[in-house]
This record gives sequence, structure tokens and C-alpha cells, in this order.
Amino acid sequence: ANSVDKNARPLSLSGHVGFDSLPHQLVNKSTCQGFCFNILCIGETGIGKSTLMDTLFNTNFENFESSHFEPKVKLRAQTYDLQESNVRLKLTIVNTVGFGDQMNKQESYQHVVDYIDTQFESYLQEELKIKRSLHNYHDSRIHACLYFIAPSGHSLKSLDLVTMKKLDSKVNIIPVIAKADTISKSELHKFKIKIMSELVSNGVQIYQFPTDDETVSKINTAMNGILPFAVVGSSEEVKIGNKMVKARQYPWGVVQVENENHCDFVKLREMLICVNMEDLREQTHTRHYELYRRCKLEEMGFTDTNPESKPVSLQETYEAKRHEFLGDLQRREEEMRQMFVQRVKEKETELKEAERELQGKFEQLKRLHSEEKSKLDEKRRSLEDEINTFSKKKAAAELLQGQSFNTNANLKKDKDRKK
Amino acid sequence: TPHSCKTVPGPGMGDFSYVGIDAILEQMRRKAMKQGFELNIMVVGQSGLGKSTLMNTLFKSKVSRKSVQATSQEKIPKTIHIKSVSHDIEEKGVRMKLTVIDTPGFGDQINNENCWQPIMKFINAQYEQYLQEEININRKKRIPDSRVHCCIYFIPPTGHCLRPLDVEFMRRLSKVVNIVPVIAKADTLTLEERDFFKQKIREELRANGIDVYPQKEFDEDAEDRMINDKIREMIPFAVVGSDQEYQVNGRRLLGRKTKWGTIEVENIAHCEFAYLRDLLIRTHMENIKDITSSIHYEVYRVRRLNENNTAVAHANGLPQHHMTSHEM
Repeated sequence: ANSVDKNARPLSLSGHVGFDSLPHQLVNKSTCQGFCFNILCIGETGIGKSTLMDTLFNTNFENFESSHFEPKVKLRAQTYDLQESNVRLKLTIVNTVGFGDQMNKQESYQHVVDYIDTQFESYLQEELKIKRSLHNYHDSRIHACLYFIAPSGHSLKSLDLVTMKKLDSKVNIIPVIAKADTISKSELHKFKIKIMSELVSNGVQIYQFPTDDETVSKINTAMNGILPFAVVGSSEEVKIGNKMVKARQYPWGVVQVENENHCDFVKLREMLICVNMEDLREQTHTRHYELYRRCKLEEMGFTDTNPESKPVSLQETYEAKRHEFLGDLQRREEEMRQMFVQRVKEKETELKEAERELQGKFEQLKRLHSEEKSKLDEKRRSLEDEINTFSKKKAAAELLQGQSFNTNANLKKDKDRKK
Repeated sequence: TPHSCKTVPGPGMGDFSYVGIDAILEQMRRKAMKQGFELNIMVVGQSGLGKSTLMNTLFKSKVSRKSVQATSQEKIPKTIHIKSVSHDIEEKGVRMKLTVIDTPGFGDQINNENCWQPIMKFINAQYEQYLQEEININRKKRIPDSRVHCCIYFIPPTGHCLRPLDVEFMRRLSKVVNIVPVIAKADTLTLEERDFFKQKIREELRANGIDVYPQKEFDEDAEDRMINDKIREMIPFAVVGSDQEYQVNGRRLLGRKTKWGTIEVENIAHCEFAYLRDLLIRTHMENIKDITSSIHYEVYRVRRLNENNTAVAHANGLPQHHMTSHEM
């Protein structure tokens, strides 16, 4: 008799066992493997996406200034290896190129959606493989999407709403107000409220910083109320007091990036990296990816229960589909073979026809040739006859001439004698 | 869109250029603490080798089946049973669901041929259950892990060599689960006898191609290999278990009191219990679980997915979704 007791009972330990080192063991393992983090930046050309990334990660990523004349929206991804103390991070930054530049922006979001789906698909393919290596797999799924809102001060553009609505079930969206140093403090406050209410009324689900863990719930709740973050990016440094700080220098003053009174940059960095990076990764995997996977598999015809509500295994469905597919393949093969045979036959008849034609022509030419030849032979013969006749005539004439000459000679002799 | 990989000089030191990437370690720790851990240990060995006591000693509480299911007179069962009990334990904020899987009846019959079969079946059934959960369309957020992470095999302290039963069991099971062999009731061996016995056992394991934990082929890097080589030179650990405390030199220690002295369980001069505890719990627990999920489970999955599914379905006469145990 086997028994599996699923109900765990709480038990107290009478001494130190030592499994409190488990989180440490887990973290150690992860440190050896390194971490992966992928950020997607969506925003108009020139809105400051690259500058913000540089500022956020305190480095100078290779940046190209994009043109405003891209015919379609493209995505450019670049991966970097960063390290801080003993933590190695594989950071991938994906930027949209040409977003919002087209005259007709209807298809703008599609490329972004496709890109995100492609990364999910890649992971799904790896997960479904028979021999798989998920531990070595370079996870390219987008963990955070920073949506850059233009600092108009009024409201969201319709492109913004449409795009965010299409993406909110696929990726964690964190909206930011770009180039926030162009808006005054009071305008900014109104702007933020307007944006959030528009998002809510349009049913756009942006990423909520998690509040269930008491260690971070307080700060996360506060930050949720400050969204969207008004950011300023800068790779230039200005001397303030006796320190060099990242800032933008204007004739009327200096906007300090890391000054919380000037903008929300520090808050963004805190939330995105220091507090919630792991949660962003987890939400991507357990929510967005699972949704994609579920939809994709259902689309392909897999279900967990068949029409009679009996559990159907993925494998059975897979086998059935494979059978169907193989049958399909065989049929197509057969079709192609038939077509091939047909074509060969046609070609054969064509060639035979051509051969016959050629043969006919050959025969004809041969006939013509022999006709010509016999004509020529005849002409030759007649010519020869003529020559013979001529020779005879010539011979006869010469004879006559000879005779007459002799006669003349004799006559002359006679004449001379007579004298 | 091509991905290009560049190494950028990392964020510099100094407060104003600190990015905060290493804060992810703390985030992971927090998440792990919140989720808790799961561990499933199986104990295999003949009756009377002290399996229950050792489990209780390892986890400093009454985790064994016997402690839970009170049986006044334990009869040796006629066949092998698999019985598991689960406990929620907590230490310094770290919560763990510990499941101890006992195998009463193993090696106790007159004819012990194929005694490994029900155990193999059970282990594969856990892999099967996990696989079925994993291939669902609607999956659980966290798939409950009932896979056997570690199987502690108890070798009776004969002092000579392994018995055919031991060799057969370990040979078969080392292919599907992490086996940690221990010499049970080691207080009946002197140190010389113990060393000789261990050497014999290691030779026999090698001669039979049995790879016990930590397996050489799964060492990740040179550092790993160095640490594991030291362990491989010491296994099997000679252990003594006890849940009784005695006063020794003014301290209360776990031990076994005899007329000729008190054996201190946690004293490495007396027995190797501490090494076993450190390996299993304090240093290699995560690694043991890792090898189970990324190697043993994957091997099972590959084999399973390569099978002709319709044949298996017909053989079982059941829709594949239910837990089916296969005799491999």
C-alpha cells in the first residue's frame, strides 16, 4: 500500500539545521549564471530614448542618430555585458526606429507587436524541443517597455493610446514623460493626471509595481501614484558646487538629472532596476509569456480537454496533427510526382516531334542535294561533250590549217622558182 | 534585427555613478523567501538500519514516517511500500516543505529480486506527473514539485563489501536519481575498519560504473570539481543517528550513550554525520535540486517524448493525462 501525504504539517525544529542558507545557495547559483534583462523603448525619433538609456546605465552605448524618413517602423536591438560588483548582467536594449514619423501611422504598432511575439515564439520553440537547454538559453523576451510620451503638456496622442492598448497584454508597460524639463511643475502635475485618467478610461493596463511584499509595498505604492515618471536624460556633466553631476545647462539654469526636485529620473532608476527588476522578469514569464503560449497552442488546435470533456494530452493532439501533416505531405509529394511525370511525358513528345521534323528536313535536303548533284553531273557531261566536240573541231581545223599552210608554202616556193 | 554583444566598461564606483544592478540579488532573495522551498528526500535500506532516526537527526525534528504514523508494533511488510510524509519547517524566515519518502519492505524479503522496481516506478511517476503539468495549456503558476531530489541509500555496516542487492539497486537507480550512499550504524566499525570498508565500496562502485552524487560529469567548473573531488574521496559517509541529547563536557549534545562511552553524532572525530548534513543541507541542496530538474528530469522527458505515444496510450487504456507509472 502506497500512501502519499500531500498535507504538510507544520513542525518546529529543536536546533539549527542549516537550510536557512538556501536563499544564499540560490543566489550564488544565479550569480554564476548571470542575469538577463531586456528593455524595449518606444517613442518618436529624437525624443531621447538613447540618451535616457545611457544615463540610466551610466555608460555610453553606441548610438546612431536616426533619420526621420524611415518608410516603416523598425526595431534595433543591441546587447551589452555589464557588471557591477559580482553581478553580471546581459542587458538588451531594443529601440524603435522611425516610430511616429510616417504620414500614415496605422501600421506603426504592428512591428513592435511582431517583435515581442517573435521573442515569445523563440522561447516557446525552445521549451517544446525534445532535447532542450533552457538554462543556457539567452532569454530575449522583453521584460520592460518604456513608453516615451511627448511633453506636449496636454494629453496623450491617439498613436500612444492605440499602441499601448495593443501592447498592455504582451509586455510590462512603464510610461515616462520624456524631456520633462520643457514642462513647468504645475503643468506637469496636470499632465500626469490627464495621462493616467486617459489610460484608465481607455482600459490600458500599465505595469503596477507590486505591493504584496511588505518590504517594498510602501515605496511601490507611492511610486504607483507618481506614474508616469517625468524624466530628463543627459550624458553631459556640469559642475555644481564641487561635484560633477549629470545635467543640462541652460542660460536660465541647470537641470540636474539626479535631483529629485528637478525630475523623476532617480525614481525611475530605483523602480526599474533596484527594486523591481526581478518582478518585471517574473511577470513577463508567468503572465505575458503564459498568455502567449496558451493562445498559440490553442490556435494550433491543442486543448486540455477534448469535446467529450475528457482530458486530452498535448502529445495525443500533437501525434494526430503530425499524422495529418505527414498525410498532407505525402499527398503533396504524390501530386508533385504526378506533375513531374506529366511534364516529362510532354517534353518527350515535344522532343520526338522535333526529332521527326529534323529528320524530315534532313531527308529533304538530301534529296535536293542529290538532285543538284545529278544536274551538275549532267552539266559536266554535256560540258565534256562540248569539249570533246571542240577538241575534235580544233584538231580538224589545225589539220586543215596545216595543210593549207603547206600548200601556201609550196605555192610560194613555186612562185619563187618561177622568178 | 541582429543582436550584437558588446562589453561596456561597467558602471563605476562612487555614489553618483552607482546604477543598482546588484540590487537584483536582494530581490531574488526576497522572492525566494516569499515562495519558500521544496525538498523531497527518499530513504532506502533494510529495516533496522536507522533510517528514521537519521532523518530526525538531520532535520532536528520528528520528520520520519514512524514518528508521524504511530504504529505500536511495526510489522515488516510483505512487499515494498512507498510512504511519504510532508512537513512545513521554517528556519530564520526561510520556509521549506520537506517530504520524506520511506520505503518499508525494501531488502527485507527472502527473494529480493526486482526490489528496485517499485521504487523506480515511483520516481518515474513523479517525473511523469511534473511533465503532464508542464505540457498543459493552462499551467499552474508554480508547478508543485514532487520529484525525488535525493535518495539516501543505507549500506549495512558489514565491513566487507557491497552486497549484490546494493550493487543492483544503485546501478539502476543512479541513472534516474541522485543517490547518496551512507554507511548506517557506523558506530559498530572502528576507524580502520571504516576506512577499509569505504575504500572497498568506492572501488566496487567504480568497477560497476555506478555514479553516485556528486557525479563527476556534472561538475560545472574547476572550482566545483575541486570541491566535489574532496567529497568523492570521502563517500560513503559513515553515519550515526540520534535524537537523544546527553550532557558531554558541560554541553548538551546529540549522541548515543553506551557503557564504553558516548558517541557524539555531530563530532566529526566520531562519525561523519556532520559532513552528510553539510553536503545535503548547507552547501549542495540547491545543486541537488538543480541536477534533478535540469538533468534527470530532462532525460526522462526526452525518453518519454520520443516514445510512440499511441502505443503507450493503448497499453494503458487511459487518456494520457492521468498519472501513469511506467516500468522502465
